[in-house]
Amino acid sequence: MTSAAPSRLFGTVTEGEALPPLSHAVTATTVVLGAVASRDWRPMHHDRDFAIQRNGLRDIFLNTPSQASWMERFITDWSGPLGRLGRMKFSMKDSIFPGDTMVIDGHVLAVTATAEGFGWVDLALAIRVGERLASNCQARLALPATDADNPWLCPPESWRP
Amino acid sequence: MLETIPDSVLALIGQPQYREVSEIEVEAGYIYNSCAATQNANPLFWDRAAAERITGGPIAPPSMLSAWFRPHFWRPGAAGEQKALQAHFDLKRLLELPEAIIADNEMVFGVPVRIGDRLQSAQVVRSISEPKTTRLGRGRFWVVEVNMENQLGQFVGSDSYTAFGYTRTDQAAAP
Repeated sequence: MTSAAPSRLFGTVTEGEALPPLSHAVTATTVVLGAVASRDWRPMHHDRDFAIQRNGLRDIFLNTPSQASWMERFITDWSGPLGRLGRMKFSMKDSIFPGDTMVIDGHVLAVTATAEGFGWVDLALAIRVGERLASNCQARLALPATDADNPWLCPPESWRP
Repeated sequence: MLETIPDSVLALIGQPQYREVSEIEVEAGYIYNSCAATQNANPLFWDRAAAERITGGPIAPPSMLSAWFRPHFWRPGAAGEQKALQAHFDLKRLLELPEAIIADNEMVFGVPVRIGDRLQSAQVVRSISEPKTTRLGRGRFWVVEVNMENQLGQFVGSDSYTAFGYTRTDQAAAP
């Protein structure tokens, strides 16, 4: 594993820029792995009978923390490891089930320079299954201004996402 | 469901509840599980040298914030199911809404969460809506916010959930 992964610089990002889509075929294992990793033991994320009979849904479904983790992976695949998340906001529109192929896409909404050696990049993201919108997400990401900058080293008092 | 929100429930709005220290320390095993579940190859979580150079040591993915506060499924001496976000489950019970889903979730990230951290949190009910009807059933939306600090008292993040608690339409219509 290399430790020299490149990171995107703030000045190279433009408003409207699209992020490369990420596609994943969701299985029951995807749902259960995500639930266990997020310590979510609620039965609708591992017990199909419960999801159908109690929640009125067709199967177990991807939990919210898993969706957040998929979004984080999608964002930092694009930004590189110096990209530092400031905030994320989700709206869940529909559930993601085993058998679905989810596609995450997104684009840059806005870029805002700061005097702290990084700039803010606001992203509009979505998880879709076919034509169906499953979740919307808005995220705010800090990217370094230069190769010498590192948003992770921003003092807490200057970190205002 | 209750047509009127009891005063005792309205009084919960804005009041910090359930101040608690997480049952587990932030640890690498769950971080690997999360990265494996999402096939996240970010070297911050796999390459110690990269983590040392970039973040001053190993950290957890920011999106895992809520995981550190979920209770064990079972522990000695505990009775019944252990639940995270207890203020949310309280509202289900107090408003007599048997089902609930999370509609929105907003996370704000502060200082990085590091392996070995022992985090603490408090839950705050921010709002409760008037009755609404959706395709799931009839109920109310509410917002519960969890504010989190590390053992040094530094803000590590907040996690705000908008939930819809409801009675299923088919069940509400049943005799």
